[in-house]
Amino acid sequence: MSSPDVFPSGPIQSVSGSALVLRGDDIDTDRIIPARFLKCVSFDALGDQVFADDRTELAGDHPFDRSENQAASILIVNDNFGCGSSREHAPQALMRWGIRAVIGESFAEIFFGNCLALGIPCAAADHELISSVQDAALSSPGGIWTLDLNTLSLTGSDHQAHSLMIAQGPRDMLLSGRWDATSELLAAGSQVDQTHASLPYLNGFR
Amino acid sequence: MWNVLNDDPLSSGTLYDKVWDLHRVAELPGGSTQLFIGLHLIHEVTSPQAFSALRDKGLGVRCPERTIATVDHIVPTTNQQRPFEDPLAEEMLSTLERNCAEYGIKLNGIGSGRQGIVHVIAPELGLSQPGITVACGDSHTCTHGAFGAIAFGIGTSQVRDVLASQSLAMNKLKVRRIQVNGQLSEGVSAKDLILHVIRTLGVKGGVGFVYEFAGSAIETLSMEERMTLCNMAIEGGARCGYVNPDQVTFDYIKGRPYAPSGDSWERAVAWWRSIASEKDAVVDDEVVFDAPSIPPTVTWGITPGQGLGIDECVPTLDALEPAERPIAEEAYRYMALEPGTAIAGVPVDVCFIGSCTNGRLSDLRAAAAVARGRQVADGIKAFVVPGSEQVAQAAEAEGLDVIFRAAGFEWREPGCSMCLAMNPDRLDGRQISASSSNRNFKGRQGSASGRTLLMSPAMVAAAAVTGTVTDVRTLGISAPMSNGIAV
Repeated sequence: MSSPDVFPSGPIQSVSGSALVLRGDDIDTDRIIPARFLKCVSFDALGDQVFADDRTELAGDHPFDRSENQAASILIVNDNFGCGSSREHAPQALMRWGIRAVIGESFAEIFFGNCLALGIPCAAADHELISSVQDAALSSPGGIWTLDLNTLSLTGSDHQAHSLMIAQGPRDMLLSGRWDATSELLAAGSQVDQTHASLPYLNGFR
Repeated sequence: MWNVLNDDPLSSGTLYDKVWDLHRVAELPGGSTQLFIGLHLIHEVTSPQAFSALRDKGLGVRCPERTIATVDHIVPTTNQQRPFEDPLAEEMLSTLERNCAEYGIKLNGIGSGRQGIVHVIAPELGLSQPGITVACGDSHTCTHGAFGAIAFGIGTSQVRDVLASQSLAMNKLKVRRIQVNGQLSEGVSAKDLILHVIRTLGVKGGVGFVYEFAGSAIETLSMEERMTLCNMAIEGGARCGYVNPDQVTFDYIKGRPYAPSGDSWERAVAWWRSIASEKDAVVDDEVVFDAPSIPPTVTWGITPGQGLGIDECVPTLDALEPAERPIAEEAYRYMALEPGTAIAGVPVDVCFIGSCTNGRLSDLRAAAAVARGRQVADGIKAFVVPGSEQVAQAAEAEGLDVIFRAAGFEWREPGCSMCLAMNPDRLDGRQISASSSNRNFKGRQGSASGRTLLMSPAMVAAAAVTGTVTDVRTLGISAPMSNGIAV
């Protein structure tokens, strides 16, 4: 299991840990981290604020508050998770709480990209499979699950290997450790100059 | 969807394909494409950590002259004197000021005459142009697609990448043409149109797609209406939306501070024309809408896809697809609206006119046409937040502030305001708002139990003067309410 304080780095072959089940479609980034917590110039404090309003509403019974979930690192969600705002504060808050992988039916695009930029895989499966994994995870709290990016499978307390989907590009980036794109983008510096010089609108439309 | 499946886009000859090809720097080993970013817009909320990361890595800003900053999310709309009363807001703005000064980035600050919501000021400064790529750490960056730009929201790690390299690692999207035929009815605006599109295609229907808005209804929209339309593509799951550039686009851009001028103007127009989608362009998907049949549209629930024509009722469970029922049940509870309730007549507490969706001059004109000679209903708090200093000045020059004040609306200073409530403007407790903004998510407008009904600015004004959700067409406003009217 990963420690909440040790963030992803380098190649990511697999993620292992207990699962946290958060049911519901269209869970938006305003719910993951309400806007008032965006008033900060660093991400450091966001871990405690993840799902702040939903947790207050449920007064200790929210999945992120239940005692059996406190060591969880794999979040299992439903459809269109992370829709809405582009705030990276959302995956930052999840990561700082301890989440290292998200499994769900589908993900909003910007959220998926923000997770990838932090080394957090988002892998998908259909509704039936996700529901059965959620049931299995809830029936054996604390059970250990493993997302294997080489075989694209999830195994866990139901002792089955479930196939997951993640596009080849993001998967390769995670497996090779190239998910932190900055160095690669900088490596192509002269080609960036060429493109810059070729664009009509940056060159007097000539 | 691109992030799940490996089915490749098929489109060719569209504006998106052309812009993509022109901005392609390199193919990256991971399979994504390095895309050049022509314009990078930054603001105080999503940039500070990116600048910190630059410092940690010892990197500079590659193209400060293609990076433009403003402050919008956290600014108060009542008293903008520095230092701000909220020390956190003050810290965020001073951090932005420090970062811009250190890296040589132009900051359009408070009192400059050019401050405002980032998606309002870039168009009015002439920065948003056809054929360019635009990135900003804000999901509503799709707004700039109104000009035929490819514009998308990014997270803070990507803000860092653009600052450092003026490029991004991207995967190509598919293109879905949203073909809207005919003309919108009187009293029906671009906001109603996009709420109708999202209601029809769903909040995740556009994931993996760029939306190309086309057809006779789109061609007759003003630039400000096109901005409203493209602004909410993201609410339908599409990271980008665009309209092909035409004479309406060129007329809007001409003469603005960053617009091409002199000899280069004609060359610019020729290039802009050439960048539009070809007549025989291939798209991955097409959906056709009939403009005259679209009514004023209002959301009733907790996603922008939960919309209703003004004459409709909150849907019953059996009228919904099984997959939509759980979120509908959650929305009934949260909104305290029973299935079968007519949306017209639902009482509201707060009326908010503003935001990057509907905080421009034509939006304020449309709302003022309704407010003129009427009074905000008893017990309703109604306020107008211009999208920028330029919008505020133009509105004041034609007396819109006087009309609003006389009707009992508050007239505020520019900013994002209650759209996301990062400043002092927020709902209290379970208050319900009629809002011209873009998101009705739980807690969005600053109260964990606050409720939001999304609608056009004219419809918000109608709710303000009647106290309930009201079909603005029943108020006998003679002027067209969607586009550049005289008041």
